[in-house]
Amino acid sequence: MSFEVDVAKRLSEAEIAVSFASDAGVTALFGPSGSGKSSVLNMIAGLLAPDRGKIVVGGETLFGGGVNLPPEARHAGYVFQDARLFPHLKVRANLLYGADRTDAVMPLDEVVALLGLGPLLGRWPRTLSGGEAQRVAIGRALLSNPHFLLLDEPLASLDRARAEEIMAMIERVRDALKLPILYVSHNRAEVDRLAGQVVAIHR
Amino acid sequence: MTLSPDDWEVIRLSLKVAIVGVVLTLPVAFGLAYVLARGRFPGRILLDAIVHLPLVLPPVVTGWILLILFGRTGPIGGWLDRIFGVTLMFRWTGAALAAAVMALPLMVRAIRLSIEAVDRRLEGAARSLGASPWRAFRTITLPLSLPGVWAGLVLGFARSLGEFGATISFVSNIPGQTRTLPIAIYTALQLPDGESAVVRLALVSVALSLGALVASEWLVRRQGGRAHVL
Repeated sequence: MSFEVDVAKRLSEAEIAVSFASDAGVTALFGPSGSGKSSVLNMIAGLLAPDRGKIVVGGETLFGGGVNLPPEARHAGYVFQDARLFPHLKVRANLLYGADRTDAVMPLDEVVALLGLGPLLGRWPRTLSGGEAQRVAIGRALLSNPHFLLLDEPLASLDRARAEEIMAMIERVRDALKLPILYVSHNRAEVDRLAGQVVAIHR
Repeated sequence: MTLSPDDWEVIRLSLKVAIVGVVLTLPVAFGLAYVLARGRFPGRILLDAIVHLPLVLPPVVTGWILLILFGRTGPIGGWLDRIFGVTLMFRWTGAALAAAVMALPLMVRAIRLSIEAVDRRLEGAARSLGASPWRAFRTITLPLSLPGVWAGLVLGFARSLGEFGATISFVSNIPGQTRTLPIAIYTALQLPDGESAVVRLALVSVALSLGALVASEWLVRRQGGRAHVL
């Protein structure tokens, strides 16, 4: 199984309860905004503690049965919806932030070539367009030697041409690296194209 | 206008007291600012109030409290004397302590504001990229709060240079030890022929304070308005 998730969390504004198991390369979490999709990703990444449940990714238990790994031990390649680049570090330093883990899945030049980041390496994050920032965020996640990827609406802030490019890139990552990918979206077309299995979330 | 050797002694002493006071306060101020910005514990409001006390108390009272605590027979002063043979009374080190205590609330306020302005989601991003809590603090939280640290240093330095009431009641007015700029100006004002010394030292005060403000502005601008470290 790539993902086995069964979690419940009471937040001030809503009760989130999600349960699914998937063996697909890309699993999509599909649902309207406000349905708690990002909270589920945060729980899998270890940034939000579930009240109860179990999270197993690629056979490794991240949460449940007395286990609660800290975020840095989960090896999640988390691409946030808002890119969340470090504003005081240039693109190159952002890319390499998580790269001091040994035996990287991909070396820097390969990621730079894959995502077309060469011209951006010396720039500050605040000078990047939304699409450029998103590509850097994806590169940063890939370089941290992740065991799986969490993509939170990575195309939301992009125009059609850019979105097309990133989608092709995600397909390449999916097929080349064989990492389990959990993909959050509220766009049916994206989900149909990328995902092997779809988990629908309702309010 | 030429400065007399006595003037130079006052200036050197004032700078020494202000710089040592502020540099020693900085780690304490940062720690308090961090705890007050991020901590959720009972007694936080009381701690906040105690930190702010020197800002609202009459400085003479602050100096008197320091005298009670750090005097040779006081609970902390007596201990320092017995264990380390250190005494703060009537020494420049005592003046630096008074300056530090008076600067503390201003420094904590400035640093706390900029810690509160750091987007905590960036720390979450750092953790998910493999950073320990300590590394996330060192590489994300600390550099992003640097503007507040600079502001706190400048404010604290300016406050220390101007410190009068707590210093004079704690460590008195000893030439070469505790007679800093404001105390030297006050002393000169009491003398019948002290007017030219007052003018000289007042001009020096203005120059030092302006210099500190310009230096801080330059530091912030050089960082492009934010704390770039790379």
